[in-house]
Amino acid sequence: MAVCPMENIIVEYLVQANNISKSFGDVHAVDDVSLKIRSGEIYGLVGSDGAGKTTTMRLLVGALKADSGEVNICGYDINTQTENARSQFGYLSQRFSMYEDLTVMENIRFFAEVRGLKSNEWLPRCNEILEFVGLEKFTERRAGLLSGGMKQKLGLASALVTRPKVLLLDEPTTGVDPVTRQDFWQLVIRLTTQGDGVSVIISTPYMDEASRCNRVGFMKAGRIIAEDTPSNLRAQLAGRILELRGSPLPILRRTARADKDVEDVQAFGDRLHIRVGEDKAKDVLNRLPSEIRSVGGEINDLRIIHPTLEDVFITLSESK
Amino acid sequence: MFNSRIYSIVRKEFVQLFRDPRTLALAVVMPIMQLFLLGYAATSDVRNVSLAVWDQSKTTESRQLLDAFRAANYFNIDYLVHSADEYQMLIESGDARVALIIPPDYANRLLDGNAKVLMVLDGSDASIGATALSTARLVGQSYGTKVLTQQAALSGRPAPVLPVEVRTQVWYNPDLNSSYFMIPAVIGMILSFITTILTATAIVRERERGTIEQLIVTPIRPWELIVGKILPFAILGLIEAFEILIIGHFWFGVPVRGSLGLIVFTSGLFLLSSLGIGLFASTIANTQQEAMLTVMMYNLPSIFLSGFLFPLEAMPKFLQIISYAIPLRYFLVVIRSLLLKGVGFEAIQNEVIALAIFGLVIMTAAALRFRKRLD
Repeated sequence: MAVCPMENIIVEYLVQANNISKSFGDVHAVDDVSLKIRSGEIYGLVGSDGAGKTTTMRLLVGALKADSGEVNICGYDINTQTENARSQFGYLSQRFSMYEDLTVMENIRFFAEVRGLKSNEWLPRCNEILEFVGLEKFTERRAGLLSGGMKQKLGLASALVTRPKVLLLDEPTTGVDPVTRQDFWQLVIRLTTQGDGVSVIISTPYMDEASRCNRVGFMKAGRIIAEDTPSNLRAQLAGRILELRGSPLPILRRTARADKDVEDVQAFGDRLHIRVGEDKAKDVLNRLPSEIRSVGGEINDLRIIHPTLEDVFITLSESK
Repeated sequence: MFNSRIYSIVRKEFVQLFRDPRTLALAVVMPIMQLFLLGYAATSDVRNVSLAVWDQSKTTESRQLLDAFRAANYFNIDYLVHSADEYQMLIESGDARVALIIPPDYANRLLDGNAKVLMVLDGSDASIGATALSTARLVGQSYGTKVLTQQAALSGRPAPVLPVEVRTQVWYNPDLNSSYFMIPAVIGMILSFITTILTATAIVRERERGTIEQLIVTPIRPWELIVGKILPFAILGLIEAFEILIIGHFWFGVPVRGSLGLIVFTSGLFLLSSLGIGLFASTIANTQQEAMLTVMMYNLPSIFLSGFLFPLEAMPKFLQIISYAIPLRYFLVVIRSLLLKGVGFEAIQNEVIALAIFGLVIMTAAALRFRKRLD
């Protein structure tokens, strides 16, 4: 249970979307999507490009109007109680959307003020937030002159300045270096674990980031085709992923593909991940080594491994 | 009406304006440039028309006629020619606009009272041709009267009396100085151009750069966003109107006879239409170039059909009817009357009502089209 600040309304879910759909012409960008996010939860929205992640985010914040379905933020309907609903969240869009010709401080101040912060409130908040994201030394720098990672931190700071209950982050770490990505995630995790516990919805193409979420929704062709905790999702493929090391890789790969119980083969550096049909792992483990040797291949290691989220993602992407 | 969210947007717009040298130049330099260009160049006062003379008479009488032409201050006797080919060539090349041919028997026939001179005019530029023609006729007539009076005096007869004499009184602009007419109109043009362009591009720029996405997810209400985005350009427009008014008054000597309060009020009313058009264009256009072109489709007809350059009375009926749909038409009447005639509210109330209606209709239509969303 979470208490929303405006009118002390008690709601179970900070974000609740019921059957939202959005089409652009003939394209069903978002198709009957429902979401429920609790306080303190980090929800990851993953999927390939064009799966509908950004459109879903934009529907949740009301930047786009859903063709059908409804969105509630802290109990406020995004279409009818827009102003109240929008006071509850901070949003970081995929495209950098701060003013490049304003300084870091001016951007934060502007978005703080238009989101209703009084002049005696925004300055202490600004300093606090800029220190939190590590931009306190760059307050007078024009936003257009910041590096990619700093731009994202500025976006996050601006989204956080009004102490929102909900944070919606649309691919915040795309194009950001690994160190800054790490920083960024530490910030997000601190937000959800401190005090009231902010809810975060984050979309990402990176599986390592998805595995940091409390729950993950896989999007494909505008639909959420699977939704669970990362460990439960991985459990769906338990015992069906084999790891193969050996040489030469092209032969290993071709041979593995040819096996009747093998569904998919993916290269991970010097290894192959082989997905096999349900309860077929033992058969393949027995059969594959001799098949490979018969065509001149060499095996160093072949064993069942714990599936990664990447394996799950690929499986789901290929499913009909 | 005024709240802190609107104030934040207005302040942000001004900060951005002062950091963008191109827009600032457009906003500050363009009005002054237009003012000087139109104040000096776009004048319909015809002066210094180049005249070629073929004086075949070469007598005291013919020289007196030429003096009369000189005294009119309209013609410059630039060429003295000695053949038809010569003046023909001068007119063809455009070096001379007018040729005056005085026949050999001019002096003799003047005594008989039936002297004739020939005037050849280049009519390809209609406005110069028309003024040259009427000036030449006027010079001829008054010189003719003078000659008659002189002849009467010499022969001891009483001076002939003209049956009708038209006495003229020119009001408001006795010297018929066309910059007095032009400069008030420049105020109208600047209020229209600058505000439509800046308003439309300022909103479209947010869309182009993606900043609109962050702005629309704030709790700010659509009308607050509209007011916050257009108020800076309303203020800028009024400042520029005064900039032109001050330079027009002190440099070009344009009179400011009406009340300043009424000038500000009517300018503000006219701004409603321009800001509304700018806002409307921003709801159609996706790029700043598109926005510019869209507002041009409003501004160009405004210039041609408002009486800015060409008098409405000279236009065919259907164009006159179309001109009623152009807000600038009403504002030009208002601002010219206020500055030159110093009229009060009663004299311009119909135009003021028209401006109010246009302003409200255009602004409402634009505001209704304006969506605080991405789609």
